[in-house]
Amino acid sequence: MTLLVTVFAAVICSILWYKGAPKDEMRLSSLCFMLWGASIMWFVDAIFEYAELGAEFFNVAGADMLNDLYLGLSVIALALIIWIVTLFIKDPKGIVRATIMKKN
Amino acid sequence: MACFTVPVAEAIVTTAITKIVKSKEKAGESSSKGEVMKVKLSEKLSWLNKMLLGGSALLAFEHVWHGEVIPAFPFLTAVTNGETSEMLHEMGTVGVTMSVLVTLVWVGMVAISSALEKRKTEDTVTMGGVRS
Repeated sequence: MTLLVTVFAAVICSILWYKGAPKDEMRLSSLCFMLWGASIMWFVDAIFEYAELGAEFFNVAGADMLNDLYLGLSVIALALIIWIVTLFIKDPKGIVRATIMKKN
Repeated sequence: MACFTVPVAEAIVTTAITKIVKSKEKAGESSSKGEVMKVKLSEKLSWLNKMLLGGSALLAFEHVWHGEVIPAFPFLTAVTNGETSEMLHEMGTVGVTMSVLVTLVWVGMVAISSALEKRKTEDTVTMGGVRS
């Protein structure tokens, strides 16, 4: 479930990046790389788990699925936080800098 | 258990390589002016860094969620519970495969990017030939 949530987020993010490409003013490419990187890693984890459990891998209990969904959403939230903090630090449009200068 | 540490280790190495390549590119920037626009090697390496670092950061969070990483020394529950050999085995199998697969995906991206650059260079040369 965590893998699925991350893959969906990575695909949506990639579509948003593609719409604005090649400009990438919002640095969406960084978020895409982060989510795709995590998706690949969880995919490997899933393959090893499948090799160990076999068909049992797909029989997930409802409570476990809910917990995995909660984890997946939390992972996306963390990825978004990392992305927004990086965006504000790098400040490609100079908006944060301009706002601070205006206040002073 | 601690599979995410392998991509982290690779990311540290590739980040160091990126810094070296970037400084070398800066030094040779003036001589490369007038060439057909290409994606710099440091830029391509940063794709790999972002995938490795970002991915392992999210994976580390998952490990914290499952109680496999703790905020006190030795930081890994497997070490505390005396499961070090299992942990090392997982790092050697799952962790290494993760790093290899991410790197392979990056190699594919670089290959596509290089092919596109090559095609663009050929197009520019051909167009130049027609004009003259």
